[in-house]
Amino acid sequence: MNTPERSPARRVLITGLSHYWGGRLAQALESFPEIETIIGVDTREPTRELERTEFVKVGNQHSLIQRIVKAAEIDTVIDTRLVVDSIASSRAAAHENNVIGTLNILAACTGAESPVRRFIFKSSAHWYGCEQDDPAFFTEQMRRKHAPQTPIERDIVEAEAVVTDFAEKRIDATVTVLRFANVLGPSVETSHVRMFNLPVVPMILGFDPRYQFVHEDDVVHALEHAALFDLPGIYNVAADGVLALSEVISLLGKRPLPVLPPWGTGLAAGPLRRLGFRVPDEMLNQMRFGRGVDNRRFKAAGFSYRYTSREAVLRLGEHLRLKPVLAGKAEPYRYEREVEEFLRWSPHVRREAANPRIDDAGLFDPSPPPGEGEVDVAEAPPQPVEETPSEEESDLDAPAPEPMPRAETDVPDPGLLEQEEVIALLAGLDVEALGEVEQMERDGQSREAVLEAIAGARGYLRG
Amino acid sequence: MADRTPLVEVDRADAEPRQADNLPARREAQRDLLPAIEPERQVDDWGRSERVERVFDETVVEFFYRYWFRAEVEGVENVPAEGGALLASNHSGALPPDATMIAKAIKEEHSAPRPLHITVEHFFKGYPLFSMLVPKIGCVAAHPANVQRLLFDERQLVLVFPEGRKGTEKPYHERYRLRRFGRGGFVAAAIRARAKLVPVCVVGAEEAAPIFAHVKPLQKLTGLLYFPLTPTFPWMGPLGMLGYLPAKFKIRFLAPIDTDRLGPDAEADRSLVQTISHEVRARIQENLHDMVSTRKSVWFG
Repeated sequence: MNTPERSPARRVLITGLSHYWGGRLAQALESFPEIETIIGVDTREPTRELERTEFVKVGNQHSLIQRIVKAAEIDTVIDTRLVVDSIASSRAAAHENNVIGTLNILAACTGAESPVRRFIFKSSAHWYGCEQDDPAFFTEQMRRKHAPQTPIERDIVEAEAVVTDFAEKRIDATVTVLRFANVLGPSVETSHVRMFNLPVVPMILGFDPRYQFVHEDDVVHALEHAALFDLPGIYNVAADGVLALSEVISLLGKRPLPVLPPWGTGLAAGPLRRLGFRVPDEMLNQMRFGRGVDNRRFKAAGFSYRYTSREAVLRLGEHLRLKPVLAGKAEPYRYEREVEEFLRWSPHVRREAANPRIDDAGLFDPSPPPGEGEVDVAEAPPQPVEETPSEEESDLDAPAPEPMPRAETDVPDPGLLEQEEVIALLAGLDVEALGEVEQMERDGQSREAVLEAIAGARGYLRG
Repeated sequence: MADRTPLVEVDRADAEPRQADNLPARREAQRDLLPAIEPERQVDDWGRSERVERVFDETVVEFFYRYWFRAEVEGVENVPAEGGALLASNHSGALPPDATMIAKAIKEEHSAPRPLHITVEHFFKGYPLFSMLVPKIGCVAAHPANVQRLLFDERQLVLVFPEGRKGTEKPYHERYRLRRFGRGGFVAAAIRARAKLVPVCVVGAEEAAPIFAHVKPLQKLTGLLYFPLTPTFPWMGPLGMLGYLPAKFKIRFLAPIDTDRLGPDAEADRSLVQTISHEVRARIQENLHDMVSTRKSVWFG
């Protein structure tokens, strides 16, 4: 299977930064030095600690976002805002966000001179719905036979139609749509996680639907994969393995309780709501007919899942058992604009000392993802070096935002800094790239230490 | 039985060899991307439960196969030991016993037994309890995509009833008269999956669960697919659906048709699909007549 070529995004805009997925994705993308700029927009302040991502407080107004996109020359927009759970917000708010919001974000990416070359849309497998005459595994080419019955599904179908329309108009841009199955994991809150957290898990009497899940880390990795590779089209993202609900419940070590009657299920869900458990409309059909999707297209695009459905359920089970023990331990992160600005902009912050950070989910992965090792080393680093001597600004220096005025007096000698950086880089280069760097250095400042180090590195490669 | 020449060679002798790198090749590569089997799982991705299936097989099916219907099997070697194969059979009975008997026949008589996936109408998914049990014992909804995945990607045995519901609805006085074979969808499915097509004849099911009449108003009232009058239903309640008479079962597997030799674009060839469909139907009908004519007694064979 031929995997697509790695072509990482350079300047990224993430929508929905302050919501779960936007925040997680920004944290993950920060660890990729090839991505020089990450800008996040949302209507409220970030809820996750971010190192070099810049936050701009802005809603879905397309004119404002368009200005940001143009000013920062954004080449990749990752839209993570989609609401796929109808109890997360009111019906009107969800529609506003899902359909009108998507329209606005896309409007900000249109126009002949738009710098956007890639648009990644986080969608949901709810697009397919759950019906009696469904195939056991939906592939991306299939259409849904029945019109969507629930408002959330209608929103998702509409939003995707808007994205498809955009893809048809902007043929020069890569549009990636990722349809995620139900997400499980220790830190994500969904209706299904809430349901599995109940002491007994409600089921519809006489139905044992098929369920496919995806672990929250795999969701972040999938979005990341789309940002690093050129993947035009629609992809299902769901872990291997489709489980019966009864199997899920036994894996979690819980007991099933078939309290929902097979007829008039919606009515019966009312009293359950009073007991504190709200069943969203789109979940009722899934609890009856279930759904499975074919995940092979995304696998063929070079993605490998860390968890199967079963493993995701087991992880969730472990977490649910551990949660009461750990409750209240971690202090929630609070966004302080002044502190964040100091950290990003002050010349007194020593940026080269910044350590690779391991975030709470252990997402940071220093080794390159499988199947892309050589490309990473041979192609990615020389480009930033190219600019190093002339523009006196390193793209590899993670927390440096681009409009930084370096020439001021209290900046430590930039020449010295660059020299060290260039030498540090040499270890990862092959002979050809070394030659290029040497040529550049001779043309530019011709620093002795650098030239010496290049000669040394070449000797090392030969011997 | 007079063996006919396989029409495959007659019709498509000029079929061009398939190019190595066109679509089917890419589809083949997709096979490697199927999920790995997790041995700890109780239920497979189709909802089939080995445990439930075993219990069902060792009790109910065993009893009916061995002692009630005393099934007799011919030509089981025509079921390929490996690779995808689509079995097409005649269909009858109020709650048809033929599918499980064919599955059991392969399990008992074949030298390399394999599980058989039985395609059933998706209506089962709407009935509570039924929708839970039916997939557990190895039935899947008869959706073309399901058949394709099972046959081509997973290389399994799949059983279809080309007559569909029309076969099971048929009253007793029309027994062993095959209905229309749909639009030949099963042939197209086999060609697409490049699977072998094995015609199957079952004698005895018509007498085991005869339908004397249909009651339309009661069908509407209960929301069932049909509301038949049988010797035991509805007199003995829902369980009466299982009240089979002890007719002697005879199952005959006919020589397979190899669709792999038809060429890549045969699926789109409507006339070819229809020809094969008629051919399969004729072969089953002919063998049914043969089996019924040599049968001395409905009950003792």
